[in-house]
Amino acid sequence: MKLTGAQILMKVFEEEGVDTIFGYPGGAVLDIYDALDRTEINHVLVRHEQGAVHAADGYARAANKTGVCLVTSGPGATNTVTGIASAYMDSIPMVIITGQVSSHLIGNDAFQEVDIVGITRPCTKHNYLVKDIHKLASVLREAFYLARSGRPGPVLVDIPKDVSNLTTTYEKPQVGSKIEMRSYKPTYKPNIKQVQKIVSLLKKAKKPIIFSGGGAIHSGAAEALTEFARKTKIPVTSSLMGLGAFPGTDPLWLGMLGMHGTYRANLAVSTCDLMIAIGVRFDDRVTGKTDVFAKNATIVQIDIDPTSIHKNIPVAVPIVGDCRMALEELNSLIDNENIDDLCNERDAWFAQIEEWKNTKPLAYEQGEAIKPQYVIDKFFELTKGEAIVTTEVGQNQMWAAQYYHFNKPNHFITSGGLGCMGFGLPAAIGAQMACPDKIVADIAGDGSIQMNIQEMATAVQYGLPVKIIILNNRYLGMVRQWQELFYKRRYASTTLDHNPDFVKLAEAFGALGLRATKPEDVEKVLKEGLASPKTVIMEFITDREENVYPMVPAGKAITDMLLV
Amino acid sequence: MSEKKHILSILVDNEPGVLSRIAGLFSGRGYNIESLSVAPTNDPAVSRVTMVTVADEDIMEQIKKQLHKLINVITVHDLTGANFIQRELALIKVNAKSDNREEILRIVNIFRYKIVDVAPDSFIIQATAKGDKLDAFIKLLTPMGIKEIVKTGSIALYRGN
Ligand SMILES: Cc1ncc(C[n+]2csc(CCOP(=O)(O)OP(=O)(O)O)c2C)c(N)n1
Repeated sequence: MKLTGAQILMKVFEEEGVDTIFGYPGGAVLDIYDALDRTEINHVLVRHEQGAVHAADGYARAANKTGVCLVTSGPGATNTVTGIASAYMDSIPMVIITGQVSSHLIGNDAFQEVDIVGITRPCTKHNYLVKDIHKLASVLREAFYLARSGRPGPVLVDIPKDVSNLTTTYEKPQVGSKIEMRSYKPTYKPNIKQVQKIVSLLKKAKKPIIFSGGGAIHSGAAEALTEFARKTKIPVTSSLMGLGAFPGTDPLWLGMLGMHGTYRANLAVSTCDLMIAIGVRFDDRVTGKTDVFAKNATIVQIDIDPTSIHKNIPVAVPIVGDCRMALEELNSLIDNENIDDLCNERDAWFAQIEEWKNTKPLAYEQGEAIKPQYVIDKFFELTKGEAIVTTEVGQNQMWAAQYYHFNKPNHFITSGGLGCMGFGLPAAIGAQMACPDKIVADIAGDGSIQMNIQEMATAVQYGLPVKIIILNNRYLGMVRQWQELFYKRRYASTTLDHNPDFVKLAEAFGALGLRATKPEDVEKVLKEGLASPKTVIMEFITDREENVYPMVPAGKAITDMLLV
Repeated sequence: MSEKKHILSILVDNEPGVLSRIAGLFSGRGYNIESLSVAPTNDPAVSRVTMVTVADEDIMEQIKKQLHKLINVITVHDLTGANFIQRELALIKVNAKSDNREEILRIVNIFRYKIVDVAPDSFIIQATAKGDKLDAFIKLLTPMGIKEIVKTGSIALYRGN
């Protein structure tokens, strides 16, 4: 069958089960858009290409699928870079199709020509410029394969305009045919001898801890992780990216670890004698000062990416492989053991943790002005912890992580590695496309929400009932918090005195706008916003100088917490 | 931890952009490249990159893993400490006047190098050796007046199998 490059792209989308893509058209992708228009694939027209990538990110995480975006050459392509960098740092499977000027013009500084493959080389898992139409189908299949296999990540395919226009024979791949790449063979199956070491370590451990991260979620390890922790009675903490892999309301849950981790999680990590790290990369926001991090512990680290192991923290037992497979292996090994041998003398450890928990629980006092934590508390209560929550970046993100207790994986969607303001709204759009029947909320700051506010139009256009919760402190709050604590309260360029009227703004977009200024309005506004079938902005005028605690100053040991 | 020189032998897909991925990895992560040499192998679809880098053990482990993580990299071998042959090639253009032509020829013969170009007042010498031997040779020639030097990066192979 002879098809054009654009039609071949559609065929590969079909092969890969793509049903939704996020994009923005332009000259170099006219042929592709023309072909797309004749398929059943949903195209979500965003209002800025950064929004397309974040939306594909949110979609990928909520749907547990590969996200897809389509943009034009030049500015369309450069606008995707921030989104790609965020997806790369968070290991999100994604394929980005960029149009390119015609092959014969490449290198001539043609109109809207940019070397997007060069620009995105360090922030993609891999990328391609397809100059030969005969290679298009195989490159696209490889791109999807790379995006979702091993440690997932974004893969960009740059398609010159003439390539989308030329024709070649298209052949459906054989059923069951696999992509073979001699230079890429991720290790999934962990070394069983290494896994067995965990069992022997458990027999000796008195103060074990599990530290899980994004890798546990990406590999679908939540169930195996929960089974393992409960069977062996090991308390669990996680990184920001790992929230939801272990139930946030389970008695074994310690709360998040790190810079804004809970008192008990940070102390438990610093005291534990065995740490089983699952799908984490020991980011500096988690470890603080590395030479004292978990200094009493034997560390076991399971990760699919060998570069994550031993990078920031020395590890006694490295295990390269898929987190879910390793945990399932471990669970079956444990079934052959006398379980009591594996959870020796835990009482003292639990008593210690309980004491830490009671000394410094996460807390706030709701006074005259609305406390942001209170809004999230109430939102958690009203949604029974079932909502998919995306966040912007800053205090809003940390309070969401601390006060919304995630019981399931793929429900907390945040720009963890890049910490990219403007992520939450488009990500919520993507998540709502993936899960039309779920409550999807973006917990936002008044600063961040303005970074991709144009996507309100997208949400309204597609009738997405996304709930935008703006915690309005009239500051770039997190930066102000650092200025308060470390720069003698000089609030350089962090005051937002000229915010728009968010309620009117919502209305201007055709959405519902609601505002609460007093604590007693909080519940009412949340209920009304939750009940509405429309896109809704709920604005909460919060206590201006509320800070996120605990806080570990950058570079300090995680035991050096500033507390309320 | 102490830094050490390592010779890496890397097989990669012979495709555009691969070298830039490797160079970008090194500059982006702050690793250093002391020398680099690239050419296709007997399989035209595969190129061999030979690279000399200086790093402590932990960084070296990261470098190898990070290289391996690049999609176009097929294998990475650290030859350091193994039994291998290493060579560099240099072309040296040196002043050769009537009063020192004999002396230059004598030195070149001792080292068993070759004169590959003879001009009225200069020679080009082709020298192949391990880096330190080349340095010694260049030192001996320096008093004669070296006009230009070009050196390849190291190339290396395991001995036997
Ligand atoms: C794109 C981008 N620019 C700058 C920053 C630095 N930054 C981190 S948090 C923050 C303040 C965010 O303010 P706001 O959205 O109002 O949230 P709050 O902290 O008040 O909850 C800034 C500017 C960032 N993370 N991302």
